[in-house]
Amino acid sequence: MQALEKSATGIAGLDELTFGGLPAGRPSLICGGAGCGKTIFAISYLVNGAVKFGEGGVFMSFEERAADLEANVASLGYDLSDLVAKKQLAIDHVHIERSEIEESGDYDLEGLFVRLAHAIDSVGAKRVVLDTIEALFSGLTDTVVLRAEIRRLFSWLKDRGVTAIITAERGEGTLTRYGIEEYVSDCVILLDNRVTEQVTTRLLRVIKYRGSAHGTNEYPFLIDADGINVLPITSAGLGHPISDETISTGIADLDDMLGVKGYFVGSSVLISGLAGTGKSTFGASFVNAACERGKRALFFAFEESPDQIARNMKSVGILLKRHVEAGLLAFEAARPSLYGFEMHLARMNRDIERFKPDVIVVDPISAFRGPEFEIHATLVRLADICKSKGITALFTSLSSSGEAMSDSDRGVSSMMDTWLSLSDVEANGERNRVLYLLKSRGMDHSKQLREYRLTREGVHLVDAYVGPAGVLTGTARLVQEAHERNAALERQQATERRRRELARKRESAEREIAEKRQALDMEEEDLRRLIEQEEAREEVIGSERSELATIRGARQ
Amino acid sequence: MMSNSPTDVNGTKRTTPIRESHDGEFNLRLYVAGQTPKSLTAIANLKTLCEDHLAGRYNIEVIDLLVTPQLAAGDQIVALPTLVRRLPPPLKRVIGDLSNTERVLVGLDIRPRSPVLK
Repeated sequence: MQALEKSATGIAGLDELTFGGLPAGRPSLICGGAGCGKTIFAISYLVNGAVKFGEGGVFMSFEERAADLEANVASLGYDLSDLVAKKQLAIDHVHIERSEIEESGDYDLEGLFVRLAHAIDSVGAKRVVLDTIEALFSGLTDTVVLRAEIRRLFSWLKDRGVTAIITAERGEGTLTRYGIEEYVSDCVILLDNRVTEQVTTRLLRVIKYRGSAHGTNEYPFLIDADGINVLPITSAGLGHPISDETISTGIADLDDMLGVKGYFVGSSVLISGLAGTGKSTFGASFVNAACERGKRALFFAFEESPDQIARNMKSVGILLKRHVEAGLLAFEAARPSLYGFEMHLARMNRDIERFKPDVIVVDPISAFRGPEFEIHATLVRLADICKSKGITALFTSLSSSGEAMSDSDRGVSSMMDTWLSLSDVEANGERNRVLYLLKSRGMDHSKQLREYRLTREGVHLVDAYVGPAGVLTGTARLVQEAHERNAALERQQATERRRRELARKRESAEREIAEKRQALDMEEEDLRRLIEQEEAREEVIGSERSELATIRGARQ
Repeated sequence: MMSNSPTDVNGTKRTTPIRESHDGEFNLRLYVAGQTPKSLTAIANLKTLCEDHLAGRYNIEVIDLLVTPQLAAGDQIVALPTLVRRLPPPLKRVIGDLSNTERVLVGLDIRPRSPVLK
């Protein structure tokens, strides 16, 4: 069993979305309202075919003249007359003016077949565009014949083995005004131009693709100087490769806090905080650190101009200009209201494709205003795109005051791997900045609340005082620390005093003991002397007695 | 699609030589693709009609697009058969096998459009 052969459109994103392109050798229908870009799509298919794949093409226009067409697509960088001269493209303008035509009896559209066959043969075309064949309905009256002939035309195209694009205007409640989708049933692509809150978004949807899987969502697309760019959905799954490598946050203390010396490569980081908490500075630090290591960085700025960012970051010692000059850093600045989200996303995707950065910063995502689910969808896709390409993405988000977590933060939190919350602590007549890691997947990160300061040398983290009275920062922290120092000193002095008292007591006790011992000694001495005296006296008495006896005896 | 009757003379480009055009001269071109019944009907109808209404002041050129397909784009041919009035100006087109003579005469400005049709 052979898989359906496909004819690559060469349109960025569309080939991914259709897994290879349009069904080869079959007609495909592109429908949409006026100004949706049907003609541009069709012509891009032909030009890409000629330029990129070496396949000739025929453009049969029922609306625009060849010269007009040429002028219209020149802004996309397409040089049709050159392709025509090189015999890679044939343009045939079919013009039917009802007022000039009288109908008399049976007819068919063989003339169209002849012209088409001639054009196909003249360039050896593999690709054919009929733009917009329904114009025939306004030129000819016999719709029964027309329908039969259009049906015959499509099967004739199939027989010729050319891949065809048929464009058609969208009708009320139907895909096409004259219902020709009945005849082109292999592949139907719907283009839409939607205006929401005065912002236009171009959307593409593959309604049907017989015999092939295809992305079924609505995908935004861009038409600009680079042609058409459809936002691919390559990362619809969660199969992207992950990395154990880390990339420095640009703030040494924060690297320590994360426990793995930085953000994981390819992860999504959210930095949320109130106004003036230094979200952009964290972003710039990250970019600066990346560029210093020779990585490429792309900075999407939605609030400040590149020059303004460079100047402001200089004040905190982050020099960005040199990276721009070295070609490592690029800024893409645009007002959020300039396009719809989808458009922004498509544009960012294109910039990413072109610049191939290692890290990106989006500052801030909260600048997007609009329906919650749309912002969410946009960001999820952006995060997915980055993850699939292994790009580390840092998003900043402005939270509204008083709320730890704004609605938009809550919405995107699930797709963020690391979430750093910056906040203000207001006390004692001053504001101080503290940060903490709300979450950080796969990291043994610090759970501590830390005070930080934006200094001339960048961001510095300070240990915050966490005590029974809550978190203290700034001077309050200093005062509290002084208090603690005093208390400690006092405690130290008290012990000292006690020690001295004890020493004194011991001294006096020892003195007493010494005195008592001395007294005892003296007593002992006295006693000894007394005993000696007694003995002396006994002796004296004994000798006296014998003397006396002698004396007495002698006399007798 | 292609007719398989090579003996038919209608495949030649000109059935009547072009004469010097003067006021009222009708220079007509009939586009067909091969010798289909429709083509043959159209050629026959055209000849009859010209003889009946434009005797002596017309010439007809029959162009077979299977032979010269490159001519189709120049006269903006879509439907076949197509009769083109090249002279007198302005350019007029009538499509179909020309079976409705009235419509052909109106289309070629030989007969004014009837008020009912307007």
